[in-house]
Amino acid sequence: MSWLSSQWMWIASLAVLHFRLSLIPVLVGFLLSLPLGWLANRCGRGRSVFLAVVAAIYAIPSLSLLIALPSAIGTRILDPLNLEIILTLYALALMTRTSADALRQVDRQAIDGAQSMGMSPVRLFFTVRLPLAGPVMLSGLRVVAASTVSLVTVGSLIGIDSLGTLFTEGYQRSYIFEIMTGVVLTLLVALVLDGLLVGIGKLLMPWTRLKTTHHTQSSHLDRTAEMEAMA
Amino acid sequence: MIYERTWSWLTAASTWQGPQGMGVRTGIYLWDCLLTLLLALAIALPLGLWIGHTGHLRQVVVAFTGGMRALPTLGLLTALSLWMGLGLGAPLLALTVLAIPPILAGAYSGVESVDPRIVDACHAMGMTGWQTFRMAELPLAAPLIVSGLRSAAVQIVATWTVAAYLPIEGLGRYLIDGLAVHNYPEMLGGSLVIIVIELVVDGLFALLERAVVARGVRLERGMAGATSSRAQ
Repeated sequence: MSWLSSQWMWIASLAVLHFRLSLIPVLVGFLLSLPLGWLANRCGRGRSVFLAVVAAIYAIPSLSLLIALPSAIGTRILDPLNLEIILTLYALALMTRTSADALRQVDRQAIDGAQSMGMSPVRLFFTVRLPLAGPVMLSGLRVVAASTVSLVTVGSLIGIDSLGTLFTEGYQRSYIFEIMTGVVLTLLVALVLDGLLVGIGKLLMPWTRLKTTHHTQSSHLDRTAEMEAMA
Repeated sequence: MIYERTWSWLTAASTWQGPQGMGVRTGIYLWDCLLTLLLALAIALPLGLWIGHTGHLRQVVVAFTGGMRALPTLGLLTALSLWMGLGLGAPLLALTVLAIPPILAGAYSGVESVDPRIVDACHAMGMTGWQTFRMAELPLAAPLIVSGLRSAAVQIVATWTVAAYLPIEGLGRYLIDGLAVHNYPEMLGGSLVIIVIELVVDGLFALLERAVVARGVRLERGMAGATSSRAQ
């Protein structure tokens, strides 16, 4: 316990760092998944092949990729940028299928209506398609966020600081309390990020607040189960 | 430069031979992965099928599998290792625990995804719950079950690498030991071998996923494909 009281500033700074390291890949991965998902839907019969290839990135082990990437793009091995790029790729691998599915399941009648009012394709995408696809995308993004927060800790194996540092240091000092602190705080960071995403979702999609919460809750759970199985 | 050194390391006979060579380590690695997958399968598959068939415990398990995703593997590994001591027990337990959620999710969402009208039709024909499960739900759920297995297998192969942070044999040694002495060709070579294994495992399960689609479903899809584009 004296460890906790003497080190809490360092621990808190690791938690903040961990949050920052998780946030960027989730956001960038999400933004990149939009054009890729849109492109997948334009591929016709090639759609499932396209999505399978993108999803295969997720199959590459993170530690191997962390070691292999720097030599390929010329960064230093300890550069946190490597971790950010890899986590973005994973987020992209998980999120592209969700974005493609979300954009495709938008009600045909809404699109026909917008088109018949003379809406340009660009405006149609941003004001009709994207908002209507939003709720499905959000539930996919929450899965991505949880997995990203957990993956950040692997960086500590090659010396990139995060809450994972508490695992490697705690293991070397045979101090199980330090590891448990890290586990709890990692779950907490995941919870905060999840809350943030839900909050942003409610702000950007105020109409989802009107629906019965039970319905949205269960659709999120279904999406989560589906992604757990497919990931 | 680094690639040439990696290549010569990978193709050197000394890399592959001996009790700590690539051959033995690959064998140990694959065996550990298989054991983990079978253990997780033995626990998660019956439970997941039961939940899908009966609907019991659904909310609890869905919340549990979602939350498990944020549980950091490395934390679980190191904590269990300090608690259980050295040896294969701690990583085996940690990796089994982490492989359970995807298999569970695949199994119950697979059974749940079966059209309720089919289940009703089975009941109407006088089939028992067990017969409905064995002759309708299980074959129709098979692709999603295999899909869950696939993501569990992919995760297991990736995580046994991380488990080499503990003193255990296997391919992860090249990454962790190479890192300790800054031997980049060894780290990179080991990484490439693991990436290849991972992609092969993923590909094999992808083929299996296609192979287990029930014959009736395949025929129906063939006919539907002739008239309209594929449904979601």
